[in-house]
Amino acid sequence: MKDRHFSCVVIGVSAGGLNALTVIFHGLSADFPIPVVVVQHEKSDSEDLLAELLNYKTDLCVKTAEEKDTIEGGVIYICPANYHLLIEENRTLSLSVDPRVNHARPSIDVLFETAVSAYGKELIAVILTGASSDGSTGLRQVMDNDGYAIVQDPATAYSRIMPEAAIKACRFPDEIVPLEEVSARLNDLCRKGYSL
Amino acid sequence: MISGNEERDNENLEINLLIRAVKEKYGYDFSGYSRASLKRRIKKSLSESDADSISSMIHRIIYEKEYFHNLLLNLSINVTEMFRDPGFFRSIRDEVIPVLAELASIRIWHAGCSTGEEVYSMAILLKEAGIYNKCQIFATDFNQVVLEKAKEGILPIGNLKESTRNYQKSGGRGSFADWYTARYDFAVMKSVLRKNILFADHNLVSDEVFSQVDLVMCRNVLIYFDRPLQNRVFKLFSNSLSHGGFLAIGSKETIHFSSITDEFEKFSTKQKIFRKKI
Repeated sequence: MKDRHFSCVVIGVSAGGLNALTVIFHGLSADFPIPVVVVQHEKSDSEDLLAELLNYKTDLCVKTAEEKDTIEGGVIYICPANYHLLIEENRTLSLSVDPRVNHARPSIDVLFETAVSAYGKELIAVILTGASSDGSTGLRQVMDNDGYAIVQDPATAYSRIMPEAAIKACRFPDEIVPLEEVSARLNDLCRKGYSL
Repeated sequence: MISGNEERDNENLEINLLIRAVKEKYGYDFSGYSRASLKRRIKKSLSESDADSISSMIHRIIYEKEYFHNLLLNLSINVTEMFRDPGFFRSIRDEVIPVLAELASIRIWHAGCSTGEEVYSMAILLKEAGIYNKCQIFATDFNQVVLEKAKEGILPIGNLKESTRNYQKSGGRGSFADWYTARYDFAVMKSVLRKNILFADHNLVSDEVFSQVDLVMCRNVLIYFDRPLQNRVFKLFSNSLSHGGFLAIGSKETIHFSSITDEFEKFSTKQKIFRKKI
C-alpha cells in the first residue's frame, strides 16, 4: 500500500465514444480535482460539437481544447477534429497538424506519449471502446513510466478492438473495468489520501 | 538505474543542445517552437536514421550537411491538403474575394506554404472569380526542398478524391479535374495556376516584412510556435499588410494574445479572417 497522487487523466476513445464518454462524465464527482484530457476519433470535417453535447451530461466544465490552454483541475478538454492534441511539459496544451498516426488525427498515442513526458507517474490513462489499435503504444509507455493504466472491459465496449489491443500491448493494465464503473474508479483514485 | 524524470531531463538537455547546434551552424532557430511537437519530430528523425541517440545526431548535424537537410525536412513539413477546411475557403470565395476584386492589383502572401496545396487552392478561387491576372502571389517557406515540391505542384493521386470533395464543399462550381492533369500515380496542377506565383525562401522566425500585401494566409503554422514567436510573426504580418488588408489564420489560432489584436477587426463571423483597420 502506498499513497499515490495523480495530476491528470487522459482518455482515448473511438467508435462508440459519445455514449462511453457520456456515461463516464455523468459519473464523475462535481468536485473531481484534476484535469481530464480526451482524444476522441472523429471524422476530419466534423464540427466541434462534442464538448457542447457533453457539457450537459456533467457538473464539470467541458471545453474544446485550445492551443496554449493552461490545463486546470476539474476541467475536461476535448480534442478538436483533425488536429493532434499534445501536452507540453509545462502542462499547457498544444495542437498540431502533423501527419496522421495510426491513420488517425487526432491520435491517442500522440496525446498519451506527450502526457507521459508531462506527468510521468502522476498520470492516469484510460482506453475505451474503439475499432483501431491507436493508444496501445501510448498506454504501454504510460505503464513503463509508472503511470496508471485503465482499460474498459472489452465485454462492455461498443467495439472491443481498441481495449483488447491495449490490454495485449501492455499486458496487463492496472485495471480492466466495466464502462459503468470507470467513473467511480476515477473518483476513488483521485480522492485525497487514497491508497492503492 | 535512472528514474523516468532523469531520463526525461537528459533528453531535454540533448534537444536543447541540438537546437543550439542547428542555430549556430546553419542559422535556423527552432528555440521558439512548441516543444512537444518539435520533440516528436526530432525523435521521428532519430528513428528513421541510423543514429542511436539525439547526442549522436548532433555530431552528424555538425559534420554532415546532408544529414542536417534530412532533419530540416522532418522539422518543416506540415501536411496539408487542397481546400483543407472547406468552410474556410467558402468564406474566402464569398466574403473576401468580392472585396479584393475591387482593387486594381492584388498582392497575396502565403506564409509557410509548405508543399503548396493551399496556394493552389487559392489560385483556383482567384481563377474562378476571374481576378487571377491582376494578382501577384508570394508563396514562402524556409525550406528549399518543400518549396521545390510546391513549385512542381504535384498531388499524390490518393488525395484527389478528398481534394475533389473539399473543392465542392468549398463552393466550387466547376470541375476540380479541370485544374490538374492526371498522370500514372500523381496529378500535376495546371501551369496556368502557377503563372503569377512567386515561390521564395523566407523564414518567419528571422526574416523581415513584405510590403503592401492585401491578404496574408498563414494557417496552422502559428500553432507550432510559442507565444513570443507568435507575437513576432503577428507583428510581421501586420507590418506587411496594407490598411484594409486581410489576415487569415487557422481555425484553432487566435490573435487575441498578441500585441496586434487592436489593429485588426474580425471580418468573418465563422472563420478566423481578420481585417486590418483603416
